[in-house]
Amino acid sequence: MSQQAVIPTEEADAVGAAQTKAPGILRAIASRPLALAAAIVLLLIVVAVVLAPVIAPFGPNDAIPRNAFQGPQPGHWLGFDTAGRDVLSRLLHGGQNTLGGAVIALLVALAIGVPSGLLAGYYGGWFDSASNWVTNFVMSLPAMIVLLASRAVLGPTVWVLMVVLGFLVAPSFFRLVRGAVAAVRNELYVDAARVAGLPDWRIIGRHVLTVVRAPVIIQIALVAGIAIGLQAGLEFIGIGSGNIPTWGAMLNEAFTSFNRAPLLLVWPGLALGLTSAALVLLAAGIRDALDDRGAEVRGQTARERRDLVDERRRERGGTPADGRGALLSIRGLRVAYRQPSGPDVEVVHGVDLDVEPGQIVGLVGESGSGKSQTAFSVLGIIPEGGYIAGGSVLIKGAELVDAGRARAAAGRRALGYVPQEPMSNLDPSFTIGAQLTEPLRFGRRMSRAQARARILELLAAVEIADPERVFASYPHEISGGMAQRVLIAGALSTDPELIIADEPTTALDVTVQAEVLGILRRLRDERGVGVLIVTHNLGVVADLCDRVAVMSDGRVVERGDVSQVLTAPAEDYTKRLIGAVPDETIVRAPWREPALSGKENS
Amino acid sequence: MLAFLARRLGASVVLLFVTSFVTFMLLSLANQDVGRQLLGINASPEAVAAKNASLGLDRPLLVQYADWLVRAAQGDFGRSWFSSEYVTVAIGNRLPVTLSLVIGVTVLTAVVGYLLGVWAGVRRGGIDRFVQVFSVAGYALPGFLVTIVIVIVFAVQLRWFPAIGYIPITQSVGGWLSTITLPVIALSISAIAGIAQQVRSSVIEVARADYIRTLATRGLPRRLILFRHVLRNASAPALTVLGMQFVGLLGGAVIVEQIFGLPGIGAMTIQYTTRGDVPVIMGLVMLSAVGVVIINLLVDLGIGWLLPKARIS
Repeated sequence: MSQQAVIPTEEADAVGAAQTKAPGILRAIASRPLALAAAIVLLLIVVAVVLAPVIAPFGPNDAIPRNAFQGPQPGHWLGFDTAGRDVLSRLLHGGQNTLGGAVIALLVALAIGVPSGLLAGYYGGWFDSASNWVTNFVMSLPAMIVLLASRAVLGPTVWVLMVVLGFLVAPSFFRLVRGAVAAVRNELYVDAARVAGLPDWRIIGRHVLTVVRAPVIIQIALVAGIAIGLQAGLEFIGIGSGNIPTWGAMLNEAFTSFNRAPLLLVWPGLALGLTSAALVLLAAGIRDALDDRGAEVRGQTARERRDLVDERRRERGGTPADGRGALLSIRGLRVAYRQPSGPDVEVVHGVDLDVEPGQIVGLVGESGSGKSQTAFSVLGIIPEGGYIAGGSVLIKGAELVDAGRARAAAGRRALGYVPQEPMSNLDPSFTIGAQLTEPLRFGRRMSRAQARARILELLAAVEIADPERVFASYPHEISGGMAQRVLIAGALSTDPELIIADEPTTALDVTVQAEVLGILRRLRDERGVGVLIVTHNLGVVADLCDRVAVMSDGRVVERGDVSQVLTAPAEDYTKRLIGAVPDETIVRAPWREPALSGKENS
Repeated sequence: MLAFLARRLGASVVLLFVTSFVTFMLLSLANQDVGRQLLGINASPEAVAAKNASLGLDRPLLVQYADWLVRAAQGDFGRSWFSSEYVTVAIGNRLPVTLSLVIGVTVLTAVVGYLLGVWAGVRRGGIDRFVQVFSVAGYALPGFLVTIVIVIVFAVQLRWFPAIGYIPITQSVGGWLSTITLPVIALSISAIAGIAQQVRSSVIEVARADYIRTLATRGLPRRLILFRHVLRNASAPALTVLGMQFVGLLGGAVIVEQIFGLPGIGAMTIQYTTRGDVPVIMGLVMLSAVGVVIINLLVDLGIGWLLPKARIS
């Protein structure tokens, strides 16, 4: 049992896809109406502010004291402020200082964060550790307190404070760039470039910078918003550069005389709010467009699910159970997925399948053939956006399709599920014992002690040497092979008559694979359960199954006894599948636990 | 778990030490002629020198720092240069105000943000879209702008709450509530938006996790899966965000205390940093650093309790 069929998987294409999906940022903006609007508003504000000396009708400090507090009039479209200065002119000139401050903070943050992030991410080593320490240190400092303290040191100049702010927000760029670079550093195409003898700086410029460009632009927009808000906040509470016009200072003046001229508060407030909101919306828009989020398929709400069930039931006018007495009987099963736009896509087109008690049936096919979707439909765990579009699924004669939640759940009580990835299928926050005993304690009202005894029995039944220890362990404390046994015990905990195993050995070492298959066979022999095993591995089928159904493109193309199908396949597709099995090769590497710490850097 | 705690405590001590050293050096370098500032331009050079000597400023910087460190470790942060108030007393007088704010905001944020996030993540649909829009808005608008609007609407126009001032809880609970409500709400809005958004996305992510799917196939009630498994695993990231928000909250308190005229730590920070009163500034910086350290420790403990796996790293 050391053969594995080579069946193409999507994984190999991932790198290529990442490269072809070049971050066309302008295109991303254009594709989102909200982001486009935000970009236009931002552009207008920036242009108006930059051109302030040209387009502003008056100087920022030209005052006509007798006009103080006067409302809008021709030539002074926004009226006069508390000292008789033209509000529009002051707004335009003030914007130069407000936006200019943000630009300074950004430049400092970029100049520090991006190069250090590139170096730390690309070379790692002591520089990486040291800069990480500094980053954590800076990020734990309250920015406002540091700004105020540095004001005591450096004097009350907003420009200088913005430099300090740049230092304080540099870690956000550092983390972003470091994470992105560390992720691509070991990609094949970067390795290839290195092997080809390209100097490091060219690799960084060509491959690495393109990867971090989009996230950095998003971060720039967010940091600009923060810088503008902080700076204006400081000026608003009177910690500014004295009589230099800024939006924050204008808000301050207007706030103190709110009762006399409430409108004065509106203009700088609007300028500030619009700029800040436009920056955040722009960032969110670019991110959504690049991640293709927001176009996410909306999940069904409870009401929609109910409606759908009713509708299907009416369409079919009730399915007669036509005397199918098998343990599991599937007829004409169709599974479809909703799409962000356009009509739903059907991935399973009318599958028929039967499993008798005590029988082991293999469902084989390559990735994307619909075999897992078929199993998920029976188990009632189709991923979000997917639904059973038609057909019938009977378990011991009871219809599951459109049966309503309670009746379907009752029907599925006869099922046990053994999933593919052992580790990701155990809740990391609970001990093995706690999560295995739950169905017994809460579903079957067993006492804690009874449930414990029963689970220890099952753990021993799946050939775990020290059930007590495993019972008290957390999932991260046991091996992958052990976890898969635990999951089989979990499937058995509800006393199922049919076990549905979805690629139960794919993620395991070769020696452990054989043991796990042995356990499944023994369970059938001793308990008489039926087993539906979904796999791409013809070795598993040959080793374990009585019958096999071959799926391709959402249809069953061939079915029959294992010996007959494997030795004398009738269909071309089956022949190719068998022909593709190499000798003594392991296709997938054993599953390894991903590092927990990697998550923080994303 | 004990080793983990000991390690975190050690790291915290290092952090406090580095913070104090860097701050002390920067502040001292900037304040070269303190005696002159205190006594005025007309004071004689001898008087200025005597003043500097009496403050200990004639000694080498490192000696000054060591002296400060030894005293600070015993809880003695010295006296203000300008008012000769004891730093600990000055801070102690104002701390209750800021603590009222910080605790109020944290409780309100945790409860409302968490509930909104869970609701949006589980129900999806309309409430989900509302939380999405709310969180973008909460992020997009500068906090002090929101505060201004709140003051104008609820204090100036509707007159439901006083616009300015503070009544200690020891004097009148009702009065305390009336003076603290608007500032707490003003500070909470963006924090609630942040927590709700985080909880929403981690609830959705965890609900799609393999182990939740597997638990569902064992016939467990949906409610049990949601409350025992989804929420527990989805809560850790929210706790991290709450901790990070606390750091930002210290800054937000500065502005909000100024706007509402609350005599708290924030307002005090503005006052003393403007004058360059080094002993007081050192006390304030260390206070916020200790606050951050405590919060980070609590967050780590909470995450360790929620996620056993985090205990080993």
